[in-house]
Amino acid sequence: MRRRAFLAVPLALAAARAGADGGYPQVLPGATLAFPRDHGSHPAYRTEWWYVTGRVHAAGGRELGVQVTFFRNRPNVAEDSPSAFAPRQLVFAHAAIADPVLGRLRHDQRASRAMFGLAGAREETTHAWIGDWSFALEGATYRARVPTRGFALDLAFEAVQPLLLQGVAGYSRKGPLPRQASWYYSRPQLAVRGSVDVDGRRSTVEGRAWLDHEWSSEVMAADAVGWDWIGVNLDDGGALMAFRMRDRAGGALWAGGAQRAADGTTRIFDPADVLFVPGRRWTSPRTGYAYPVEFGVRAGDAEYEVRPLMDDQELDSSASTGTVYWEGAVRLRGGGRTIGHGYLELTGYGSTLRI
Amino acid sequence: MTATASDAVAVLRGALAQNRARALVAVLAIALGVALGLAVQLINQSAVNELAQGVRTIAGDADLSVRGPRGGFDEQVFAALARDPEVAVASPVVEADVRVAGRADPLRVLGIDLFRAAAIQPGLFPEGGERYDALRPDTIFLSNAARAWLGLDRGGTLVLQPGLREVPLRVAGTVPGAGGQRLAVMDIAGAQVAFDRLGRVSRVDLRVAPGADVGRVRQRIAATLPPGVDVDRPQASLRATESVSRSYRVNLFVLALVALFTGGLLVFTTQALSVVRRRPQLALLRVLGVTRGRLAALVALEGALIGAAGGVLGLAAGYAIARVAVGVVGADLGSGFFRGVEPAIAVDPATLAVFLALAVAAAVAGSVAPAREAARAAPAAALRAGDEESALARLRAPWRGLAVIAAGALLAWLPPVGGLPLAGYGAIAALLVGTLLLMPWLSVALLARLPPPRSAPAALALAQLRGAPGQVTVSLAAIVASVSLMVSMAIMVTSFRTSLDAWLGRVLPADVYLRVPLADTGALSEAEQGRLAALPGVARAEFLREEQLLLDPARPRVVVIARPLPDGEAEAKLPLVAPAAARATRAPPSLWVNEAMVDLYGFVPGRTVTLPLAGREAAFVVAGVWRDYGRPQGAVQLDRGVYVALTGDRSVTNAALWLAPGADADAVRAAARAALPGGERLDVARSGEIRRLSLAAFDRTFAITYALEFASMAIGLVGLSSAFGALVLARRREFGVLRHLGMTRAQVARMLATEGVTTAAIGVGAGLALGAAISVILIHVVNRQSFHWGMDVAVPWLQLAAFAAVVVALATLTAVASGRQAMGADVVRAVKEDW
Repeated sequence: MRRRAFLAVPLALAAARAGADGGYPQVLPGATLAFPRDHGSHPAYRTEWWYVTGRVHAAGGRELGVQVTFFRNRPNVAEDSPSAFAPRQLVFAHAAIADPVLGRLRHDQRASRAMFGLAGAREETTHAWIGDWSFALEGATYRARVPTRGFALDLAFEAVQPLLLQGVAGYSRKGPLPRQASWYYSRPQLAVRGSVDVDGRRSTVEGRAWLDHEWSSEVMAADAVGWDWIGVNLDDGGALMAFRMRDRAGGALWAGGAQRAADGTTRIFDPADVLFVPGRRWTSPRTGYAYPVEFGVRAGDAEYEVRPLMDDQELDSSASTGTVYWEGAVRLRGGGRTIGHGYLELTGYGSTLRI
Repeated sequence: MTATASDAVAVLRGALAQNRARALVAVLAIALGVALGLAVQLINQSAVNELAQGVRTIAGDADLSVRGPRGGFDEQVFAALARDPEVAVASPVVEADVRVAGRADPLRVLGIDLFRAAAIQPGLFPEGGERYDALRPDTIFLSNAARAWLGLDRGGTLVLQPGLREVPLRVAGTVPGAGGQRLAVMDIAGAQVAFDRLGRVSRVDLRVAPGADVGRVRQRIAATLPPGVDVDRPQASLRATESVSRSYRVNLFVLALVALFTGGLLVFTTQALSVVRRRPQLALLRVLGVTRGRLAALVALEGALIGAAGGVLGLAAGYAIARVAVGVVGADLGSGFFRGVEPAIAVDPATLAVFLALAVAAAVAGSVAPAREAARAAPAAALRAGDEESALARLRAPWRGLAVIAAGALLAWLPPVGGLPLAGYGAIAALLVGTLLLMPWLSVALLARLPPPRSAPAALALAQLRGAPGQVTVSLAAIVASVSLMVSMAIMVTSFRTSLDAWLGRVLPADVYLRVPLADTGALSEAEQGRLAALPGVARAEFLREEQLLLDPARPRVVVIARPLPDGEAEAKLPLVAPAAARATRAPPSLWVNEAMVDLYGFVPGRTVTLPLAGREAAFVVAGVWRDYGRPQGAVQLDRGVYVALTGDRSVTNAALWLAPGADADAVRAAARAALPGGERLDVARSGEIRRLSLAAFDRTFAITYALEFASMAIGLVGLSSAFGALVLARRREFGVLRHLGMTRAQVARMLATEGVTTAAIGVGAGLALGAAISVILIHVVNRQSFHWGMDVAVPWLQLAAFAAVVVALATLTAVASGRQAMGADVVRAVKEDW
């Protein structure tokens, strides 16, 4: 696909800035999520995503990071159009493989409006697709099928732990105003089995993955430019999520997170509990953007170090969601040793995540 | 030898200087031919390049394009294609030519799904909008050409008028990849709603999956498509677009070649006369040791110089004409074929070289016979005075001319080559050349049969002509060529115009006609039809539905006209070219086809054919052929009852109203406009107005043709008079002798006038006959094969008579005037020139 900026429809990653258009439901505390309905899509909300990231091993021990994401977006245009092409719902998808041997991401993306059953996101349960790319929940297992020109993923993610509702029963606040929030739950420690085809060679893989399902109408405060986020499967069976919304000066506008121990004990973090301290920066040779690919992170009482699997995990999705960001496999270190594996997401480092 | 050769060049250069006036005319004639040919070529090349660019922009990098009726086809076809595992990307497009408020020309609007178009058609990518603008149903993006044409920038409002509706759209940005194409892009959902195309798409452009064979995928997909929808490589639609205008372009180009031919003929006249006049000098050169070949080469070189001079002049003029013409009349040269294309004139060296070479070739060809003649003459005989005539004696055998004419007659029966009447053009060229070859023999034969005149000057004139028919021949060539071309053109255009006028009378029987403008974006409902029929002053109303179907992706769409046309009434309503065929009972419904359908699709009367109506093949019997000057791409008519039964579509695009006695047409027109919502946007015209506009459009189209023809004829006549003058001047010694013998100046002048009248009369007579023959080929071969329409021959007798009289008078005047000039004071002394 051409690397051509979809400037006309720059969408998705975090949709609404302050002063949301009318017509989108606000995310406010008090509601209760219900499953399996809330595994499905919420087409009234502006933005939604199913974001799965994982660390797998191919036969022979080769370590790969894998990422599959489906975005749903409601542009709130042409909603009363009688046309079957009316762009009421848009679907985007990204897939990437982080391969330290290659040293950068293998990546592909798709974009489509929901029409004629060619692309869409079902409301009953998790099932989003664009053509032959799909991500669906069947029983307790998510299945991702992503055939691209350069690689193919066919992975099953089996849920072996309960849902982790973020924030207050899934209400995850992202800014100073209560409506600057998303509905958000995670599924850590998914057991991955499947195959990865690269350059026509198929490898059977196994590993662990993390799923985020998040929907919102307005997550970015007026002066937010982007965010830093980590989701880590701890080696002991626990899970750690932390994020901060950044302002123009690089300071934290808001922060939050959650930690669940292997025994299920969960702690939700307030803004004051989370601190991101940027470390070494890596500058992309393609875009010239500089990303802090190493962090010191304090979450609650614990302090961690985040180290990338490799530096170059910049993801250019300008041909679908219209953004360039850094989404990469990382190791979490604590007490001088590696204690978990997960993903780090850095948005808004090139230009303001204007959406 | 070198010294001799340069001496020879010096001698010839001197001769050329003496011949300056005639050489200049020859140069101008060549220049005109080159200029017209190059201008036509440049303009069309640019227009076609622009069209090709348009196809590339719209189809992008697609491997295949799926197209169907003008009004579009079922959008589920797109959905099925998008699911095809061998299709990597399927990009649906809703395409419509839409009227813009306050503009005469329509704007092409493309409704796209930008997510899919981005993968195949980057040239259509909209830019500069705010978030979601490219998805909104009420926004539009303009190409640079459209923006300049409309004078609208971002934020402005563009009011489109699809059908009778009015749709205001906000200009949200640009289409930077569209280049010079005048087009607009909007979201496909918005376009479906705005242009009344819900459920339908106009085209689907496909990129096949990597590794899939395009040809095989095309075949497989074609088998799955509903009737009337076809898949082809995108270039096919370019061929289809191009083919509409190709015949017109080739016709103009051939006219330019005619001008070039006239130029070559003038070079022949000039060189033949100059060789005759310089016979002693050339003989002297031979005596001095210049070889025959060298001498022939020198004369040919003179011709080449004339050709090169004319060529260079013509290239400059042609470029200038192309620039001006595109600016003033547009790239379609007034023909209406390339609406909305604003090409930049681009010159490539190869084209220039070809035209320069053509110019030199025409001039050298004109010099060949004189050069061979100059070389062949025996130096001893040529050095004597009075030997000029023998030079041209060789051209007198009739068989060569007759053979070429016979070949021409045979060529006229051949079918078109690649849709072009090349054999027809060949036949015309052969008739022309054959007649010119035949002229020496013919003039001798005619002169021998003239009765002996009573007056002495006339007798002398006849004797002179009989004695020196070769010189007559040289003048005759120019007359015959000019007259025949002009006559053939006049007969053809008159026939066409007369037939068109009669046809318009047949096809416009009603008093007032209404039309939904650019009917592919809207139609009149049954209720609206009822309101029109019930208008006060309307005695009868007839409604017509027009649609365009794709029968062959490499050809333009065929027009389908559904109107009340029950069997038995069709003969009275249609301008049939032949009586209708007898109908078998229980046969499929009748279909009436125009002549183009017979030529292009083989829809001959009696044949059972199918038409893809509403996505199904419907069978018809071709019941008859009607004449049609409006749709050379092909058109069919059928009864509207049959059409409604097959399609369920009761809407119409046109209406014809017959007025009650005493009703006022303008009042009915106003009432019709007021009766419908948006009725003020209806095209309403009285039949007389349509007729006038059609004839005006006809005259406009032929204006350029006439101009070309007139220019080459004028140059031919100028060359003729100059040749005639030269011949007379060469006879100064003869006039001296006559004066010695006691003839008065007036008697000499009368003699020359008689010579002029006789020569011109022979030339004009032959020209008229040849012109009539050529006009028959133009009408029945060239026009029929180019535009697929027949016409009845009509001869503009008065015009031809006046024209013939002018040419004869001009020739006579030239002869007399030259004679007067030749008979100066020293004419008596000229007798002594013989040495």
